[in-house]
Amino acid sequence: MIASLSIAQRRNGLAFALCLALLGLLMAAAAQHGPMVVHGAMALVLGIALTGALARAVYDPPPEAARASFYYDDPTRFGIAMTLIWAVVAMGVGVWVAALLYWPEATPAVPWTSFGRLRPVHTTGVIFGFGGNALIATSFYVLQRTSRARLADELSPWIVLLGFNLFCLWAVTGYLMGITQSKEYAEAEWYADLWLVVIWVVYFVLYIRTLARRAEPHIYVANWYYLAFILVVAILHIINNLALPVSFAGAKSVTIWSGVQDAMVQWWYGHNAVAFFLTAGFLGMLYYFLPVRSGRPIWSYRLSILSFWGITFFYIWVGSHHLHYTALPYWVQTLGMTFSIMLLVPSWASAGNAIATLNGAWHKVRDDATLRFMFVAAVFYGLSTFEGSFLAIRPVNSLSHYTDWTVGHVHSGTLGWVAMIVFGAIYTLVPQLSGRDQMAWPRAIEWHFWLAVTGTLVYVVSMWNAGITQGLMWRSYGPSGTLTYSFLQSLQAMAPYYLLRTIGGGMFLAGTLLCALNCSATARAATGEVAASDRPLLPMPVE
Amino acid sequence: MLRLHYNLEKLSTGLVLGIIIAASIGGFVEIAPLFTIGETVERPADLRPQTPLELAGREIYMREGCYACHSQMVRSLADEIDRYGPYSRAGESAFDHPMLWGSKRTGPDLARVGGKYTDAWHVAHLTNPRAVVPASIMPAYPWLSEPLDTSGLGPELATMRRLGVPYTDAMIADAERDAEAQSQPDSDGAAGVKERYSEKIVVRDFDGSVARVTEMDALVAYIQSLGQLTAIAHDQPPADGE
Ligand code: HEC
Ligand code: HEM
Ligand code: HEM
Repeated sequence: MIASLSIAQRRNGLAFALCLALLGLLMAAAAQHGPMVVHGAMALVLGIALTGALARAVYDPPPEAARASFYYDDPTRFGIAMTLIWAVVAMGVGVWVAALLYWPEATPAVPWTSFGRLRPVHTTGVIFGFGGNALIATSFYVLQRTSRARLADELSPWIVLLGFNLFCLWAVTGYLMGITQSKEYAEAEWYADLWLVVIWVVYFVLYIRTLARRAEPHIYVANWYYLAFILVVAILHIINNLALPVSFAGAKSVTIWSGVQDAMVQWWYGHNAVAFFLTAGFLGMLYYFLPVRSGRPIWSYRLSILSFWGITFFYIWVGSHHLHYTALPYWVQTLGMTFSIMLLVPSWASAGNAIATLNGAWHKVRDDATLRFMFVAAVFYGLSTFEGSFLAIRPVNSLSHYTDWTVGHVHSGTLGWVAMIVFGAIYTLVPQLSGRDQMAWPRAIEWHFWLAVTGTLVYVVSMWNAGITQGLMWRSYGPSGTLTYSFLQSLQAMAPYYLLRTIGGGMFLAGTLLCALNCSATARAATGEVAASDRPLLPMPVE
Repeated sequence: MLRLHYNLEKLSTGLVLGIIIAASIGGFVEIAPLFTIGETVERPADLRPQTPLELAGREIYMREGCYACHSQMVRSLADEIDRYGPYSRAGESAFDHPMLWGSKRTGPDLARVGGKYTDAWHVAHLTNPRAVVPASIMPAYPWLSEPLDTSGLGPELATMRRLGVPYTDAMIADAERDAEAQSQPDSDGAAGVKERYSEKIVVRDFDGSVARVTEMDALVAYIQSLGQLTAIAHDQPPADGE
């Protein structure tokens, strides 16, 4: 890592590391006690470790000038390793949380192992830790290939990755220690949120500077999606997290939004976290890796334009479908419902475009488990967006809202679509980045594929059953006009489904573990060779 | 159109601006009016802010992630009204920073739970749910018998006042003392809490041990206040969404 930095970059890196250590020290000193001290200490340790490593190597020989004629992939390698670590940890917590709903005594009676604290560890860990690292790592790779240019500098990708992972770590350890804003998918406290803004600015600037160096006049579709991901997530994150800290020496803050306005802002954020974190970025991944792996160009260029702008424009309107029949004004709910239905058009245009791209490569889908991961991802993308538009219809939502149907929908999207496309991308990338023509254990990919597909289906189908059963039991009336079932009866009806879901999740986790081991075996057998065609063109700015 | 886009793709700033504009319209149209129209801005005249003890309980509710299993939003649907009580109104949560409407009902809705059970029931239930409801899958919270840390309450009230919650100077100055007094009905401060907040607030020893103010006191005080902050939670026009 350090050897690839120029002397000036090492100095700047040193300054950054010192600032980080200082920030940690300041946080710990200001807070004096409580979780913020622990977080300060984490920053301090990371800062000192980086300072030490850089200080020792500042005046080592500078990197060879020839580096400019290669792509810079070390950050991508690191990002993929972090993706896999977060995947195993956070999905492991997912299985644990699932088990707790079947077997509530499974956790010792200490605060940090309680369901309510572990659940956000799961959601933050998978969305930000697993999904976020995968997005950042692949975006660096795809950006360079589609621009035929090397990253604009060698230092900022490291700041982005290390800073982002520090954010994730602050967030999840915070929940365990009991600090949270309690806003779904935005639980991290104010200083972590501010830190993420800084990191995000560095990320955006790096992206734009690299784009400006591109040797291809056109910006490829995948980059439109990655750009939408970076920009819109920034807007959402900043507005939803506006808060006044109670004191700068403590973790507690009060969000500036309240009541109905807070609910609307929260779900405007919440659903667009789905849209621009869990969808747009991953569509970028799909638009690059699917054509590369299948050896076929994207089926329709026009359709990709239509779906990109459709998704960017429509998604923002749909957050209010999380608030049907609540105290939110009726017209806002109606807008949310209407746009959710219209959103099916660009969503299916993307899914259809992906599947049509595979036309003529079906034999590869049959033989290559990696490509099959991507195919299944596109199918689940189509399914879960159809389901989403359906759930957004007001009368349907009256049944599904608050039930496990939502959880089923969530995981058909996240397991079936997000995780599958990530695995497809990882199995394409890791051999290539290791200078090998295939993974160390090619047959394990096949195993992983079937574990993942079966696990997803078991999970999703059991949650559909659970959710619909729950919804029907809650609203069922007896002949005398009284409710037929008590809440407790509906709860008891859930037990078999919760058990099944835990088993399905366990299978999915086993597959993920296999993937992590396979990747580490492949990386250890790396040859360091780079294909002659995998090089940037000479710098010649086009804008 | 296609030609236009063909050129747009060559311009990174163009794309960036396009994305920002396309992605801003919807949010603006849906969110901005909520700060102006009467339906969402009006506050019930009798809505009282939470007492420091209840607020501390709310913090514990957030800290333990109770919101991940419990909603606090009765929708305007017949079965929900029959099961939980009158549907929730916008004004009820006007002082809630943040709202805790929730999105998942692994357990029942809690918007109308205040006054439904005795304090002792809640204490036993929170300490070990299965001792009270054998089929429950709710986690046990034995650590809530720890003493309550009241030290941050004054500054917290002050912060909330800056955001528009009507806490008075006296409320802020006495926050820590009020938190303790609300669970010690025989103490000197007890009358002051009622005077500052409302005659209707509950001043009681919630957890059954007067000597100490515990996290349990705070959480139970909070649970008992749900649906009790304003009269509109109970008298309301007929539901429209059926
Ligand atoms: C794993 C999900 C879960 C979590 C987390 C959870 N609960 Fe529950 N809760 C339930 C279930 C299930 C029931 C219904 C069975 C029962 O009464 O125990 C319930 C019932 C209740 C009831 C009784 C409601 C009624 O009308 O009968 C109250 C009050 C309650 N919970 C409060 C809390 C509080 C306070 C917390 C946080 C400290 C909490 N719960 C955390 C699942 C949960
Ligand atoms: C091993 C696989 C997984 C298992 C066993 C699992 C399990 C769970 C469980 C038990 C819940 C709580 C549900 C409840 O409260 O009733 C949950 C929620 C959630 N999970 Fe997972 N999960 C897995 C993978 C993932 C992945 C990969 C993602 C995202 C990339 C994800 C995203 C979420 C989200 C967003 C929620 C919140 C849902 C909501 O609030 O409605 N999960 N998961
Ligand atoms: C056209 C696209 C989609 C639409 C219209 C849509 C619609 C919906 C609806 C109506 C809900 C239920 C809200 C409720 O009753 O509380 C929901 C929840 C959710 N959806 Fe989707 N969905 C879409 C695609 C996706 C995809 C692809 C993913 C994941 C990658 C996803 C992730 C989620 C999550 C995480 C939630 C749970 C939020 C929560 O309650 O915590 N959605 N969606």
